Amino acid sequence: MLQLECPVCGVLADETELVPGGEAHLQRAGPDSTDDAFADYLFTRANPRGVHFERWCHVYGCGKWFHAARDTATLEVFGTYSAQTTAPPDDIVAAIRARRPEWEGPA
Amino acid sequence: MSTRLATGGTRIDRSQRLGFTWDGQPLQGFAGDTLASALLANNQVLVGRSFKYHRPRGVVAAGPEEPNALVGLGTGGSFEPNARATTTALADGMLVASQNAWPGLAHDVGVVNGWLSRFLRAGFYYKTFLWPRAFWKRLYEPAIRRAAGLGRAPDRADADRYEYLYLHADVLVAGGGIAGLAAAREAAQAGLRVLLIEQEACWGGRAATDGVTVDGKPAADWVAGTVAELQAMETVTLRLRTTVTGVHDHGFVTALEAADAGPRQRLWRIRARHIVAATGAIERPLPFAQNDRPGVMLAGAVRDYAVHYAVSPGDRTVVVTNNDDAYRTAIALREAGLTVPAILDARLRVEGALPERARAMGIPIKPGHAVAGSVGRGRVEGVAVCVQAGEGAVLETIPCEAVAMSGGWSPTVHLWSQAGGKLRWDAAQLLFRPDPARPPIGADGAAIVTAAGAANGVLPAGDCLEDGVAAGRAAAKALGAKPQTGKAATAAAPEEAPIEAVWCMPQGAPPALRDKIWLDFQNDVTMSDVALAAREGYESVEHAKRYTTLGMATDQGKLSNIGGLAVLAEARGATIPEIGTTTFRPPFTPVTLGAIGGEARGALFKPTRKTAMDGWHDANGAVWEPVADWRRPFCYRKPGETVDQAVAREVRNTRRNLGILDASTLGKILVTGPDAGRFVDTLYTNRMSTLKPGRCRYGLMCNENGFLFDDGVVARIDDHSFLCHTTSGGSDHVHAWMEEWLQTEWWDWQVYTANLTEQFAQIAVVGPQARAVLEALGGIDLSADALPFMGWTEGTLAGIPARVFRISFSGELSFEIAVPAAHGQALWDRLMAAGAAHAIAPYGTEALHIMRAEKGFIMIGDETDGTVTPQDLGLDWAVSKKKDDFLGKRAQARADLTRPDRWRLVGLQTLDPRTRLPDGAHAVDGTVLPTGIRRTIGRVTSTYMSPTLDRSIALGLVERGPERIGEVIRFADGRGHIEARIVDPVFYDPQGERQNG
Amino acid sequence: MTRYSAFAIVREALRGNAGWPRALPDAAPRQRYRVIVVGAGGHGLATAYYLARNHGIADVAVLEKGWLGGGNTGRNTTIIRSNYLRDPSAAVYEKSRSLYETLSQEINFNVMFSPRGVLMLAQTHHEARAFQRTARANALQGIKTEYVAPFRAQELCPILNVRGPRYPVLGGLWQPRGGTARHDAVAWGYARACAAMGVDIVQNCAVTGIRRAGGKVVGVDTAKGPIDCDKLCIVVAGHSGQLAEMAGFRLPVESVALQALVSEPVKPLMDIVVMANTVHGYLSQSDKGEMVIGGGADGFNNFTQRGSFHHIEETVRALCETFPVISRLKMLRQWGGVVDMTGDRSPIISKTPVEGVFINCGWGTGGFKAIPGSGWATAEMVANGAPGHLAGPFGLDRFREGRMIDESVAAAVAH
Repeated sequence: MLQLECPVCGVLADETELVPGGEAHLQRAGPDSTDDAFADYLFTRANPRGVHFERWCHVYGCGKWFHAARDTATLEVFGTYSAQTTAPPDDIVAAIRARRPEWEGPA
Repeated sequence: MSTRLATGGTRIDRSQRLGFTWDGQPLQGFAGDTLASALLANNQVLVGRSFKYHRPRGVVAAGPEEPNALVGLGTGGSFEPNARATTTALADGMLVASQNAWPGLAHDVGVVNGWLSRFLRAGFYYKTFLWPRAFWKRLYEPAIRRAAGLGRAPDRADADRYEYLYLHADVLVAGGGIAGLAAAREAAQAGLRVLLIEQEACWGGRAATDGVTVDGKPAADWVAGTVAELQAMETVTLRLRTTVTGVHDHGFVTALEAADAGPRQRLWRIRARHIVAATGAIERPLPFAQNDRPGVMLAGAVRDYAVHYAVSPGDRTVVVTNNDDAYRTAIALREAGLTVPAILDARLRVEGALPERARAMGIPIKPGHAVAGSVGRGRVEGVAVCVQAGEGAVLETIPCEAVAMSGGWSPTVHLWSQAGGKLRWDAAQLLFRPDPARPPIGADGAAIVTAAGAANGVLPAGDCLEDGVAAGRAAAKALGAKPQTGKAATAAAPEEAPIEAVWCMPQGAPPALRDKIWLDFQNDVTMSDVALAAREGYESVEHAKRYTTLGMATDQGKLSNIGGLAVLAEARGATIPEIGTTTFRPPFTPVTLGAIGGEARGALFKPTRKTAMDGWHDANGAVWEPVADWRRPFCYRKPGETVDQAVAREVRNTRRNLGILDASTLGKILVTGPDAGRFVDTLYTNRMSTLKPGRCRYGLMCNENGFLFDDGVVARIDDHSFLCHTTSGGSDHVHAWMEEWLQTEWWDWQVYTANLTEQFAQIAVVGPQARAVLEALGGIDLSADALPFMGWTEGTLAGIPARVFRISFSGELSFEIAVPAAHGQALWDRLMAAGAAHAIAPYGTEALHIMRAEKGFIMIGDETDGTVTPQDLGLDWAVSKKKDDFLGKRAQARADLTRPDRWRLVGLQTLDPRTRLPDGAHAVDGTVLPTGIRRTIGRVTSTYMSPTLDRSIALGLVERGPERIGEVIRFADGRGHIEARIVDPVFYDPQGERQNG
Repeated sequence: MTRYSAFAIVREALRGNAGWPRALPDAAPRQRYRVIVVGAGGHGLATAYYLARNHGIADVAVLEKGWLGGGNTGRNTTIIRSNYLRDPSAAVYEKSRSLYETLSQEINFNVMFSPRGVLMLAQTHHEARAFQRTARANALQGIKTEYVAPFRAQELCPILNVRGPRYPVLGGLWQPRGGTARHDAVAWGYARACAAMGVDIVQNCAVTGIRRAGGKVVGVDTAKGPIDCDKLCIVVAGHSGQLAEMAGFRLPVESVALQALVSEPVKPLMDIVVMANTVHGYLSQSDKGEMVIGGGADGFNNFTQRGSFHHIEETVRALCETFPVISRLKMLRQWGGVVDMTGDRSPIISKTPVEGVFINCGWGTGGFKAIPGSGWATAEMVANGAPGHLAGPFGLDRFREGRMIDESVAAAVAH
């Protein structure tokens, strides 16, 4: 059972308090997008075996969405951060690099 | 025979006799006995039958690694199959039965399997039972199933309760031997909250049995002192008879407690910042022929039974070993006054302190000697002796009643490995031990488990304590606490000489012997089986395990795995570490399913959401239907009525007179804020922002894939606020959906949402007399002018603050009244009283569904299934063409969603009005697809006998449906067809006049 | 290949069982093959088998990074059924189920296909209607299923508690020729049959790169050196994303963990497979006597193959309510499988943007039952260079066109 710290309310929450929401930082493809761009937005996912930026919602807590940087193979958590961002913040990227020097950076 | 010694037994209380029955035979034991020790004390050496060959089997071990002594316990709703006698505390009046034997344990016809064993080698079932094909299901499989399985399952529901217990600790120490006690003490002294858990009924592990001294005094004294010290500390929690069963991701731990009173078992759910695994080690059997004969036991277990329970395994016990530890057993037996005719030590050089002591006691030691096979009828009567270096030529046969074997010890690394810790091979000690460089890690990437003592591969009894101290200090340090630094207590035990590898006894055993060398006692896997698997290409450890079933029995390979790895290594010409281990999965010992379920049984399984009027419904004949987590009346049955009759009555009464519906489960979400209009425009397919306060509009919500998922009426409350009604099942989802978009996409929009579903009770008053009854209550002007269709107003109705929405899901004159939930029942009662003069009657969900279908209104979940668009349902009018964007808009422009031949909503009238189209029926056009499937051109989505029209009606989705009004199509039904005409979906009151009253 | 039979068992037993030849192949790779299949799980091995058997293409290597059959083929709950709602799914799963009927005889390896029947419980009115719809669709698809009343459900599975209390059984969708098979044996049997036809199966041979020239695949780099090929078929389930990335394209696939557990073995207790979607659990009894229990999937990306306790908790709780007599049985072992989920939860059998590269993935929680049919359809596509009737609807283009194959209406979980 994972534990993630909700950056909104500060609670270190068990997985059972949270709902996962898939890959973070997807750009919504609007009415003017091409079929390919729209299909990418809806369906194509990074699905890395390693560092992954993802969305979580503290459903049975403060009810807020947040983002997490997590390793999908080791389940390490590099940090959680605000959902109101379009890219991982610098401190999160630095935390990842500190533990994964070989990491190629956010896609 | 095995019997009780006249004196001794550190764990038994001879003043308390406990009676129990074994296969109907009354026997006696003492308080403190395990079931296994009590059986042995009563000379019950044969305790079970093996899985495949039904060979007679006796107790081998004294702990959770026991593969043989599995019994049925209790009776009726308290019956438990496959209970492990070695870990079950004896209780007065216990009913114990043997398993997997017919007609009886002593004379089991299943033994014929054993006579045929050479035909039933590993994987034989993959190679036969192929013909004739039908025989597998009818003959072979039922026969195999009957022969397989161990105990029988209970035949009724569980009579006991279970509960969960949650606990947070800084350090969890699993195992209360000297290493665990030392670790717990160090962590506690560093100021940390410590939880110390031990699976057995007393502290100290093997130290007391193994003759360890601490600071010059017997280990038992140090154990007692340390436990007392820990018990005195408020920050320390200690539990006996509790087994840590699993270490899961991010350090979540489960433990199972055998409770003494109250619930039968307690499942502990522990969050520990760090875990010390001081779980000891498990002794290995020795691989010699007929090592499965009852009376052959692990040397450590023989010692445990003698010292703890004063059980003599027999007058004469032959010890066979490849290490020094087994000498402790010989010494203990001699000290108990029993005979050890010989210690057969496979090693040529025998010169440790323990062998010296045994020699001094006059016990004959035979270096370089081995067992060529055990002999006896049903139980051990002797061992055939040979040299280890040879091929098994028998030198002599030593008569004996028991054999104590030791092939060395394997650290209990389960907890370390379950959460991902890796192992390394210790070539000197011949064991896998935790590799501190590759520990299981937590969320922060740091180790979450530290192994200590024997579990860490530190086998010498004297060194365990020191390792426990180090582990406790390391755990404290890892958590940022300040551990003590001084010298801790020192334990001492006789120096032990190195173990020597004995993976086959004798080393040159020919196939005839290897056929009878058991690796897995419960599943009947021999050395020959594993060798055969390797020869056939099942060389990977996982292949060999799955092909032979080695290690897949209820002991999960605790005794057998290492022996299997050695055989594979030999067959492949590789080393044991090159073979690797199979994966350690939770739980460490089996966990009762009921304990996993906990208290959530019966009414508590999943709490039911109830409306404010639930009690009234229940008292007035409600037939309940689960709707999402709610329960709603399907209909209200009067005495003598069938469900169908009740539903028809409710529909007719509502259309003719007056119906009343509890609509409280309808979702009610308030959307408010300066950007609320923009937000609801984006959520709904149609434009909501133009709605005037006081007005309502029907709206549709699509997902980003373009498909309809919820609908409902939106009421504009004020300039900044909208009240969005959702389906009963959809309210939580819709609210979450709104929040997701607000928080993660349009977080700069100033909008606030609140799910008010449970704050309001909502009652629909429906039918020609609806206005009359509401006027009788008084307080709000509900005339057509004051409150036109699709308007809403608020005020005080019958003295209750209320909002009244003039909306209709039935086509009748209809008012939906929302009041604070606490007033729901009061309003309902007032309406029922005032409505009596108008023949008011409540109606349920089925009448609701029929009336909406008569009007051609869609129902989410009936007409939709996650693949249907608003356009498919003829709801184009509710999809804005002018808005730049709304959720689902882009998706609806894709090729498949704009196909002209999509299935679209129509009404369906069977040519025979008495025939109702079956639920889910499909229309066919007589052609067949290349896949051989009959092509379908439509399906029924809702189908009813309409009490109003007195004929069958249906809604359906049909290929190009609206273009084919009037056409007759055929619906498949069994071998025949039902013909139906495509009609407009509105069956009743097409002009919509009735809703105006 | 020595033919397996009762006679062979007697003959070998009398010779001390020393004469059995190797059953599981492990070849050293050659320099080039006409077709390389990546992944020696059930789907990859079945693809290779039908390439050789149906299309005469035996110049095939199956490359496996670990041990064959070690992925989800060896970690599932072994259920076989074809009672799907949508025509494309019904076609491929029924093809698969019907191949299972005769698979043991065809490949001369007993995979223990046991058509004991699968019952899916309807525990809400909505579910009851959905299953009636499925039963009617199945009738037109040539799949024998039947919507049954609660008393019949009780007859089929006497330990079932049809009266609730929370979710009474309202009916069920019964497929009498659905059932189970021995999962490992399916992989082993196909592997042995492949080898007998000349296919090379190479274990411990991870693919580290995909070599292309002019937009076309020319070979792969592996732990055992480079290997050339004309066509490449990626059949690696949860690891499809990594392989696709090597080939330079991305997939609509996410990998999550699916939970399962078994109890200790007991004597025969239930003869059929029961699935209860409303409460998220399904149950059957293996021939060994273990109760095999499947649970839910995590919603987050996870490659650990470890069991997660809270999913098990939810499932076990529901099953103890539905089958009260199992409460005192004990969980022996729990684990997780890494399953690959697509956007519509239906599989992908498709050409890819790279010429000569084909992909089969996305079977989600339901892959085991599909192995023979999936291999059949994939082999047809690889051999002909284009998908046939079975594979056609499962192309990647459906995500662009919005042509979803959505089974969720009939079952919240698609096991």
